[in-house]
Amino acid sequence: MNFKKYTDAQISLFILVVVLLVIGIGLTMHRHLVYEVPLFYGETQTVWSVEAKVEFTAHGDPVKVSLSRPGEQPGFTVLNEAGASPGYGLNFTEGASPKAEWTVRTASGRQELFYRSDILVTNQSHARQDIPAPEIKAVSWQEPYASAINEVLSRAYITSADNYSLTKELLKQFKNTESEQHVELLRTQFNDQIPELIVDMLHKANVPASIVYGLELRDGRRRQALIPLLSVWQDEQNQIFHFPEESKSVLVEKNAPIMLWQQTESPVLDVLGATNSSVRFSMIRREESTFASVAQNLSDQYSFFNFSIHSLPIEEQALFKTILIIPIGALVVCILRVLIGLKTSGTFMPVLIALAFVQTSLVIGLIGFLLVVATGLVLRSYLSRLNLLLVPRITAVIITVIAIIGIFSVLSYKLGLTEGLRITFFPMIILSWTIERMSILWEEEGSKEVFKQGGGSLFTAVLAYWVMTDPWVRHLTFNFLGIQFVVLALVLMIGSYTGYRLLELKRFKEFGR
Amino acid sequence: MFVTPWKLNQRGILGMNRRNIEYISRYNQRRLFPLVDNKFKTKVLAEEAKINTPKLIGLVESQYDVTHLTDILKGINGFAIKPAKGSGGKGIMVLKRNVEGEFIKSSGAVVSLGELQRHVTNTLAGLHSLGGNPDVALIEELIEVDSFLSDFSFEGVPDIRVIVCRGYPVMAMIRLATRASDGKANLHQGAVGVGLDIATGRPLNAVQFGEPVTHHPDTGRDLSTLAIPGWHTLLVLAARCYEISGLGYLGTDMVLDSKHGPMLLELNARPGLAIQLANGEGLLHRLRKIDALKKRELSLSAEERVALSQQWFASKKENLL
Repeated sequence: MNFKKYTDAQISLFILVVVLLVIGIGLTMHRHLVYEVPLFYGETQTVWSVEAKVEFTAHGDPVKVSLSRPGEQPGFTVLNEAGASPGYGLNFTEGASPKAEWTVRTASGRQELFYRSDILVTNQSHARQDIPAPEIKAVSWQEPYASAINEVLSRAYITSADNYSLTKELLKQFKNTESEQHVELLRTQFNDQIPELIVDMLHKANVPASIVYGLELRDGRRRQALIPLLSVWQDEQNQIFHFPEESKSVLVEKNAPIMLWQQTESPVLDVLGATNSSVRFSMIRREESTFASVAQNLSDQYSFFNFSIHSLPIEEQALFKTILIIPIGALVVCILRVLIGLKTSGTFMPVLIALAFVQTSLVIGLIGFLLVVATGLVLRSYLSRLNLLLVPRITAVIITVIAIIGIFSVLSYKLGLTEGLRITFFPMIILSWTIERMSILWEEEGSKEVFKQGGGSLFTAVLAYWVMTDPWVRHLTFNFLGIQFVVLALVLMIGSYTGYRLLELKRFKEFGR
Repeated sequence: MFVTPWKLNQRGILGMNRRNIEYISRYNQRRLFPLVDNKFKTKVLAEEAKINTPKLIGLVESQYDVTHLTDILKGINGFAIKPAKGSGGKGIMVLKRNVEGEFIKSSGAVVSLGELQRHVTNTLAGLHSLGGNPDVALIEELIEVDSFLSDFSFEGVPDIRVIVCRGYPVMAMIRLATRASDGKANLHQGAVGVGLDIATGRPLNAVQFGEPVTHHPDTGRDLSTLAIPGWHTLLVLAARCYEISGLGYLGTDMVLDSKHGPMLLELNARPGLAIQLANGEGLLHRLRKIDALKKRELSLSAEERVALSQQWFASKKENLL
């Protein structure tokens, strides 16, 4: 190879790219070979790392904290458990309702305790240990509620055969939006105590039931709360039901991503000697190759010399899971602009839009985006007639964008589309600038250019969304930090590309004749 | 539909990526960009070098000046108002007084003082400037189009773009406004681009919307009869812009005024690629020749450089339109 025809800058770029590729591929292979993290997504076992963070304010007294732990249950196996609690004594108790208990003689100020466990998703459909049914409680109500309850119960009783079908019939009555007057009466009276009411009603019908708590497993979620569920026994077996809520089936599906955190009727968190306590959950999903490596990794992850992102608390890891796919989105933009020659309005705006789509789901996101930008453009064209200075005008657009998002959220909530609420993830200030830029473009170059650039941005955003939500990409970017070096090397290579863009082959087609 | 990259390379077509890396970032120092991105600074530079530019009537720098626009425009019969940092003809308004003393656009539409003031306010706020930065507005005397050229353009001033690389003019075209381009001389808005022979200033090839044309679509004039008077002087003027701006890859936009002759309108540090379509020829072969120049050739005077360019880049007679 003749190096003379290359400049110094080109040679140093070449060396840098090679070094980055070597580091990137080396780190990736190291993690694959030493930690046995599979390179390929799919032929693996799914492990959820779940972290519970208990917070409370202590006042110098002895403190005793007791938090439920997830026990044996169909579909999930707890592989590993650990607690992080400087200065506290920690005990795990077993039994029908396993608990983690922290104790300390004296503590003051805001305290944080962590409980973390790795949970393997299995196909095993029966628990090794059945949870005993609770005792039937004696319950009674005042009139007119007692007769309303009797009425509702007897109707459910007639149309059912066993405990499960009775529960289903009962829940169905509460679920109906056009319910009859007895249910409506109970609903207004018991309002936010519907779960307790239903359990009591089942006990009245001699059906053993209790409120249990479950955690919805969704990758990368932070600061989640437990959801109350209904557990109903029939002989020695039990089944889990959802409390009546719109747009959900009554019975919890076998493969539903819901793990029971608390399987008997007792408080999830019990704090003695402190106030203001709360518990929040964070979780991430990992793919592990072998059962054995999981256990080994966990101990490594807590070791002091492990400086990888995987040694961080789950809450921060969940955050990084999103951050680490941003370079991939930016790479998509680089490719589309430099290699294809697509015009977008605002260079990296499409990546931010794609990130919002990840939170909202594609269809809702697209509808929301179009709605916000279209309404914004109409309002902006009115503002341009008011003869305002630039910065106040954009501020006015920001406020209108927030108003549009607010209206959209309320409307979608009223229509029962809870997905619509996630529109608040849109980057509002960026959207306002986009509206401003597009409206100027409209005035100067006409609507054609607006649709061209707006379409280009949206196309880029959808493509970036596609790549960023691909399970393969997510698996590789999160588990192999080396991939980031490879992406950087690719970007540097694209940055020095002097060849033609794809769209230039069309622009200069005259020269082909 | 598409042309292969090999064919483009063989024809010496310069692509956007290569222009950015090998010409703009190699020959144009970042610190020099403000000189050409601001028309007022360019004007001052040109005047110091005794290069003609359209005469400045006034400069609107603040909102206070906007309220006193009537004073500035007293006794003026026609003017062009331009954002100093505008690019691609954005925000330029050309107005004349009619018999009643109202301002009218070239299309005949009346522009009230209020509308004019709003336009200037928007300009000051940065609506038309690069990156939305605060700006000033220049009010300039109108250009009287040379009678040789007036038939070739519809309601707009034809402007001549010469690409100058390291002081050597490499390619030229004239941009003719059309009804489709709304009196503007921008090719992507529908102006006709006519490539000009560096040696003679004679037309080589003409395009509108990327398609070949032979006659002006609105005035019907045969484009092959186009001739630029004072071609050599014009090229020397373009070549001298290299010295005054220090930019090694430069687009110079000039006009021919019937009274003052060639005048510099603006300089562009990121000249577009459409000039290749207008010429029916790529820039790359010519630029490669300039890349290979030795120190001695780079220190020649503007006159000498133009003479060399005319010799190197002359088109064959049969290629003329």
